[in-house]
Amino acid sequence: MNEDLNMLEQTALNDYKYGFVTDIDTDIIPKGLNEAVVELISKKKNEPEWMLNWRLKAYAHWLKMEEPTWPNVKYPPINYQDIIYYAAPKKKEQLNSLDEVDPELLRTFEKLGISLNEQKRLTGVAVDVVMDSVSIATSFKEQLAEIGVIFCSISEAIQKHPDLVKKYLGSVVPMTDNYFSALNSAVFTDGSFCYIPKGVRCPMELSTYFRINAENSGQFERTLIIAEEESYVSYLEGCTAPMRDENQLHAAVVELVAMKKAEIKYSTVQNWYPGDKDGQGGIYNFVTKRGMCQGDHSKISWTQVETGSAITWKYPSVILKGDHSIGEFYSVAFTNHHQQADTGTKMIHLGKNTRSRIVSKGISAGQSQNSYRGLVRAAKGATNARNYSQCDSLLLGDKCGAHTFPYIEVKNKTAIVEHEATTSKIGEDQLFYCRQRGIDAETAVALIVNGFAKEVMNQLPMEFAIEAQKLLAISMEGSVG
Amino acid sequence: MLSIKNIHANIEGKEILKGINLDIKAGEVHAIMGPNGSGKSTLASVLAGREEYEVTEGEVTFLEKDLLELSTEDRAREGLFLAFQYPVEIPGVSTTNFIKAAVNEKRKYQGEEPLDAVAFLKMMKQKMALVEIDQSLLSRSINEGFSGGEKKRNEVFQMAMLEPKLAILDETDSGLDIDALRIVANGINKLRNENRAILLITHYQRLLDYIQPDFVHVLYNGKIVKSGTKELALELEERGYDFITDEADLAASL
Ligand SMILES: Nc1ncnc2c1ncn2[C@@H]1O[C@H](COP(=O)(O)OP(=O)(O)OP(=O)(O)O)[C@@H](O)[C@H]1O
Ligand SMILES: [Mg+2]
Repeated sequence: MNEDLNMLEQTALNDYKYGFVTDIDTDIIPKGLNEAVVELISKKKNEPEWMLNWRLKAYAHWLKMEEPTWPNVKYPPINYQDIIYYAAPKKKEQLNSLDEVDPELLRTFEKLGISLNEQKRLTGVAVDVVMDSVSIATSFKEQLAEIGVIFCSISEAIQKHPDLVKKYLGSVVPMTDNYFSALNSAVFTDGSFCYIPKGVRCPMELSTYFRINAENSGQFERTLIIAEEESYVSYLEGCTAPMRDENQLHAAVVELVAMKKAEIKYSTVQNWYPGDKDGQGGIYNFVTKRGMCQGDHSKISWTQVETGSAITWKYPSVILKGDHSIGEFYSVAFTNHHQQADTGTKMIHLGKNTRSRIVSKGISAGQSQNSYRGLVRAAKGATNARNYSQCDSLLLGDKCGAHTFPYIEVKNKTAIVEHEATTSKIGEDQLFYCRQRGIDAETAVALIVNGFAKEVMNQLPMEFAIEAQKLLAISMEGSVG
Repeated sequence: MLSIKNIHANIEGKEILKGINLDIKAGEVHAIMGPNGSGKSTLASVLAGREEYEVTEGEVTFLEKDLLELSTEDRAREGLFLAFQYPVEIPGVSTTNFIKAAVNEKRKYQGEEPLDAVAFLKMMKQKMALVEIDQSLLSRSINEGFSGGEKKRNEVFQMAMLEPKLAILDETDSGLDIDALRIVANGINKLRNENRAILLITHYQRLLDYIQPDFVHVLYNGKIVKSGTKELALELEERGYDFITDEADLAASL
């Protein structure tokens, strides 16, 4: 199999010079990026011409851009010609039973309390039809359709709802926004699309979990959520189960649009492979997430629990354009071993009486580096804008680092921006107190960390919060001596 | 139940405990008194297993086990409880959840099923009455923003919940107002029984008026320099430590 693949690549590469021809049915294209690759992706996805042009424009831009060097992270240079940009949703190898699955993975599932059937689904073991989440997902979709909510893959949306996609794609994160958003715009392969019609309160949490094929949405994910006037949606991204992936570079783009009086709550639990304890392997997660509070009295709220990835570069932001609009960012970022996280938010106040709230909890263990980077900007017209930011860091041990980079730009005299920051260490006194009560050090640290992160965890939907708590505990294993 | 033989302990290279001997039997209440800095809290910490203290000499048996071989948490699970002189604040961790975790860790160690929420609440209600502690305190983060007296009361409440075999109470009386002192002392008295030993560290006779000790020891400069019955405490109250410490200093200089 591997050899076949290599041969295919070789031939394909040789073809480059002569103009690129390859069989549209093969599900993998050669490494590297050029116009022909962008065209091929678009063609494979059977996209309309406007979409292809959009991609090509993004690609042309990307070529002119430079990779950012300002984040407080270090990694060897990425060779963008050494990446495969399209692999059709690969069928996972079907296993016959859980006995064939990596025991380490099963142990983690156990701790997370993931049901047997769910374990099977996640590891690609065949599940019996009745219990299959696919059937759950189908009934789920029917329910949504009844109230007019569109929830599908972005590829499907491009085919079936081109007007909506055309109108909003890139409207919040322009393709030219940054190096990774340009790259994503050129080569994105899949992601989610949600549309909540006017006045509809989406009755359930929308989760990628219920979207068939979401498992393989790939390394360049594209998500677009539109909430029409007076609508509400809560969207869950990710999964607390450990996610392994051969793709090292992940560069997703997420765009949210909230119209007048609409509210979007976007929750993420990110648990990509962080690399081993020596810092080998692991995913680079370079994400652009931004929400636009387009209408008056709209609200966008980001909540994230980040425990995975070797390197995280991520600033879910809100543009507060509508008057009286509200932006929120709640984040827990846990780093262990050699992980590096540079994460935070941007709150851009444009409208009057806009409010934003930032609560960031960074926890560093091992030799990891955890940076909060946040920008609060009040534009000239942002009369009476209010921001409150609170950034707390907790250190476990003395080889790790916590950094805070708050940027504040205020152009309107009536705006009020408040920033508070604390750094603390888990004290020997606290540990001793817990241990004297019979709680071992590891459990004690989990308890203390969960206490530290509580304010953010409370923002997550109930079941998600419980899973996230367990996830934190697992990520922390081995971080106390 | 507890037998301490010639314990020496250092912190940061400085010897604080200089050969302590003490035997405590089930059902007994011992009081340890002594001037500030004499090593009372150090002794409590060493028994509880605080790792900053290095035991350089001596041995301790607790319920037939070598105490110094046990980890801090296992000592607790075996039934050793320390009410801290300065209880520690843990932001974000509710007192109830903390105590529940502690109770269930102990049950697990003893091979028992964890208490379910109903059974746990029932137990809480019962013990809350014992020390007259307020429900609202227990839903707050543990010790965070508690007044001095509330912290002490919370320590005794935890003791009630964990039902230890040996309870070491380090100045649990200090910081309590007159009413609270009576209530807490009554609570401790109710927890007194023939299977449980109590080691009271205190500076004041007034606690011993409520909780009558079987033995009183004076710790001075890392050693127990005098032991007696409850009358010794009365004598100390009257005469101060000088009459004992002078004697001890003299003996040491010889
Ligand atoms: N971490 C430490 N480093 C250096 N010296 C210490 C440390 N901890 C305690 N000591 C010293 O050990 C001695 C005994 O302290 P300890 O707290 O045991 O006294 P105590 O008898 O409990 O006093 P008090 O009645 O004031 O509570 C003191 O001189 C104290 O300064
Ligand atoms: Mg003391």
